[in-house]
Amino acid sequence: MSETKTETSLKGVKNLAALTGNEAVAQALRQINPDVIAAYPITPATEIVQIFSTYVSDGLVNTEFVAVESEHSAMSATIGASAAGARAMTATSSQGLALMWEMLYIASGLRRPIVMPVVNRALSSPINIHCDHSDTMGARDAGWLHIFSEDAQEAYDNTIQAIRISEHPDIQLPTMVTMDGFIISHGMEVVKMLDDDVVRDFVGTYKPDTYLLDVDKPVTMGGLDFTDFYFEHRRQLAEPMEAAPGVVKQIGEEYGKLTGRKFGLYEGYMLDDADYVMVLLGSTAGTAKTIIPELRAKGIKAGLLKLRMFRPFPYDEVAGLLAGRKAVAVMDRSDGLAGLGGPLFGEIRSALYEAKQRPPLADYVYGLGGRDCGPAQLMQVFEDMQKMAVTGAAANRVNYLGVRE
Amino acid sequence: MASLKELSKKPALFTGGHRACTGCSAPIVARMLFMAADTPLVVGSATGCLEVTTTLFPYTSWDTPFLHSAFENSAASISGVEAAYRSLKKQGKYDKDVRFVAFGGDGGTYDIGLQSLSGAMERGHRMLYICYNNEAYMNTGIQRSSATMFGADTTTTPVGREGRGKKQFEKDLTAILVAHGVPYVAQGSPSYWNDLITKMQKALNTDGPSFINVLAPCRLGWAFPPEDTIEMGRLAANTCAWPLYEVVDGQYKITYKPREKQPVSEYLKKQTKYRHMFRPGNEAMIEAYQAHVDEKWERLLKLAGEPVPDKA
Repeated sequence: MSETKTETSLKGVKNLAALTGNEAVAQALRQINPDVIAAYPITPATEIVQIFSTYVSDGLVNTEFVAVESEHSAMSATIGASAAGARAMTATSSQGLALMWEMLYIASGLRRPIVMPVVNRALSSPINIHCDHSDTMGARDAGWLHIFSEDAQEAYDNTIQAIRISEHPDIQLPTMVTMDGFIISHGMEVVKMLDDDVVRDFVGTYKPDTYLLDVDKPVTMGGLDFTDFYFEHRRQLAEPMEAAPGVVKQIGEEYGKLTGRKFGLYEGYMLDDADYVMVLLGSTAGTAKTIIPELRAKGIKAGLLKLRMFRPFPYDEVAGLLAGRKAVAVMDRSDGLAGLGGPLFGEIRSALYEAKQRPPLADYVYGLGGRDCGPAQLMQVFEDMQKMAVTGAAANRVNYLGVRE
Repeated sequence: MASLKELSKKPALFTGGHRACTGCSAPIVARMLFMAADTPLVVGSATGCLEVTTTLFPYTSWDTPFLHSAFENSAASISGVEAAYRSLKKQGKYDKDVRFVAFGGDGGTYDIGLQSLSGAMERGHRMLYICYNNEAYMNTGIQRSSATMFGADTTTTPVGREGRGKKQFEKDLTAILVAHGVPYVAQGSPSYWNDLITKMQKALNTDGPSFINVLAPCRLGWAFPPEDTIEMGRLAANTCAWPLYEVVDGQYKITYKPREKQPVSEYLKKQTKYRHMFRPGNEAMIEAYQAHVDEKWERLLKLAGEPVPDKA
């Protein structure tokens, strides 16, 4: 029922490196070797472009690095470079992503296959530099594919795969690959890197059909649509989103054959027979994976559903995985301020609408602004789920975990 | 120096059939650009009159690669295109010789796009930025910009019982670009085709960023008869309200000097946006306008090393 990553043992694995998430992503960018990167520094993503600048300075990449004066210009120049015919990338976080907001929609509307690592950080106000997911959640309807990473290894792997996903002929849409600010971006882990030539062969050469530098075949990009064409052009954006799950899985499998690390739309951890399922995104999966075996040892059938792909949202798969469970808890590392919890909760509720056996469901907004979320908090959530299973409903549909009230 | 005979042989890569107002000067500027170019051009434009009137899907007036993405980022967008060009050339993946041009109106250049323009110019991308300056937000319906001249009656500085039009003088954007150290900066006007096309040629031949601020008389916002567009530009130059000059590596040169400097009221009275300034009691407004124009012209003469005439 669930997809679980399979890994080969460390034996025989080359290129083991101790890297922070930012370093791992910077290495992925070096290996992808894009034609253009236009970027602006912002904590906690600054290191990505800073490290990449040293690659440029040392002549390790062919990339033209454009040190723009804002994130709005970063995305504008990236779109311009991509439209010109280049493989173009950028990276950002939080307020930087917010400043790009206008251009995110234009990147997808112009069908630019831009890949952007985003280090998840809280949004102002109050200003805060630490992790939560409110920055990219604000961009969830911008027409970008949205892939979450649990750790530095996944951030590295996802960045490389995202090039193939975005540039796939059936997709031609931008992708943001996220990792949790500081927890992953600045935490050092062992990362299994691929050889440079393996990555180069995997991502291949970018060969656009239509591009501005093809001056013999002039094209107008970004023209004006009125009532007679706008709707059709926006409708066309829904088609690649329908194709995306298949493409993400196909490329995840291909990557798995290459690396031993297979990727799908989600990862299940002790999920198959679980009665009590926690659903979450990002680095908190690591914490959940430490307590679930403890619960299992006590005879409590706990499990985890870690979503990898948030956009497009895998509604049918999620419904199939969660229907019939004794209880489900959704962990939202951002508050939607929508009147009913965070954005992940809304998606999960929606996914379960047609399920025959809808489980009792509760939302937990947690970890805002980098507030630590440790094993004790997650244990509390599993205790709540056991109560929900008895009463048939959550005591509170929306809960705020680890906050002083 | 351009010759009409040579220019007439150039293909018209900005084509007719667009939806600009009759008498609009922006398409004239666009056509002159292709007369000036000796290589293929990739052109970008900020959101505004030029863009919306020339790219109405499924039509386009641009028989050249053209990019529009948003309002405030024409310079940033084209800087990305130019970076892609340099990258692909450096890697041996592209071998054509191409130039890059970004257009913006005064709203997209003086105001909302000033930051991205400043960034692109400072980074030194080899691109020509052309501001077609019609002195207000004409595309959204004649709202004031920081290029709008003193006293102008716009829809956000309306003349009323107390209001007498825009209170401030215009921002000197050309000087701001000179202060960036941009190697080629100029002011031009479609009314002086040879002057403007020559400036565009110099800009496109500059190995670095270049900027031309072009006065773009607007029959809608200025309210003059459409057949008078070129005459309006001449009046602007002959009154020194819009002097024509270039700054090459910091050296100022006035490229057109009126035989006799005309009073600015000759220019203002042709435009309904200044009509209230001619009503009894508002004489001081015209005097203030004239004093401002005189001061700027004298400053320009000094910068260009020209003799400054004695004041009457």
